[in-house]
Amino acid sequence: MRYIEPHAHMVSRTTDDYERMVLAGCEAVCEPAFWAGFDRSSVAGFHDYFSQLTEHEPKRAAKFGLKHFCWLCINSKEAEDVQLAAEVIALVPEFIERKNVLGIGEIGLNKNSRNELRVLEMQVELAAKYDQLILVHTPHLEDKLKGTRLILDVLKNDKRIRPERVIIDHVEEHTVEMVLDCGMWAGMTLYPETKCTPARAIDILETYGRERIWMNSACDWGISDPLAVPKTALEMKKRGHLATTIDDVIFQNPKKFLQQSANFKLT
Amino acid sequence: MTRQQVLDLYFLDARHKLIELAAFLDRIERAEGKDDFRLKSFRAALTKLDGKKKNKAKAVLLAFSDPTIAPIAKATSKGAVGAFPK
Repeated sequence: MRYIEPHAHMVSRTTDDYERMVLAGCEAVCEPAFWAGFDRSSVAGFHDYFSQLTEHEPKRAAKFGLKHFCWLCINSKEAEDVQLAAEVIALVPEFIERKNVLGIGEIGLNKNSRNELRVLEMQVELAAKYDQLILVHTPHLEDKLKGTRLILDVLKNDKRIRPERVIIDHVEEHTVEMVLDCGMWAGMTLYPETKCTPARAIDILETYGRERIWMNSACDWGISDPLAVPKTALEMKKRGHLATTIDDVIFQNPKKFLQQSANFKLT
Repeated sequence: MTRQQVLDLYFLDARHKLIELAAFLDRIERAEGKDDFRLKSFRAALTKLDGKKKNKAKAVLLAFSDPTIAPIAKATSKGAVGAFPK
């Protein structure tokens, strides 16, 4: 089995996790910029983080023969401070040409506030200006439905944004259809307690088909499992899915989307 | 998969989760003091499991969701609690 982990926060994980992922068949890992679990005190903290994502973490992955890619942005949890967000967004072009950068992400909303929405629009503008792929975080739990609607409205109203170059992540049963109907890609995050379990993710695949859908572990510093994708592949096998179907979902689909970035190369 | 295969693969897991859910409700009812909107949402979501309507998972998620449309004025917290006060 081979797979691509399209969403993992490896800065929060141990080298043991890298080893286990490679042993399970991981051929590339993609790391969106996200919240550290606490608010950074200044724009300098983001500069260091972007350096970590583009310089240090690829080297750490390479020790296990694993390709490491990343996405850059200010995450929605730190987007209430629009001034700070503007300063961070101004930093991104300094890093955007680096060879492991795939696009702008994970942008999106958290509590669906006006400021978060303003910062989302600023980052969509950045992606459009630099012709970058977009990876979107949708809010948690009770905020997901409303946030997904607001996010889709922003993206659909910007005619420069091509839907096939956008992945809306963390979809569940109540949001997946509206994402796919827009022509965008949908990401299912496999978490033990929130978002999708492996069984529910496969239910969604069986209901909506496997076109423009990927699965990820979104493993980070919280309750999460860096092997969630291969474990879900095993669950698909138990349900009788063919090896080619599993390969489509966990390898070919993320490859198809990510190859829209010239920087995404597996060899 | 056939229904028999689904039952073979998932029945014990679903049974376990249903008992956990029932025990949670027993625990809540044994406890003293006031509850809040989360329990109300929970009970509303439970009603979505009954009957032969399709898309029960979606219906449960919608029962817990914020149905409003306009952005809020300001984010005063970062977390979500899992239910929206209705």
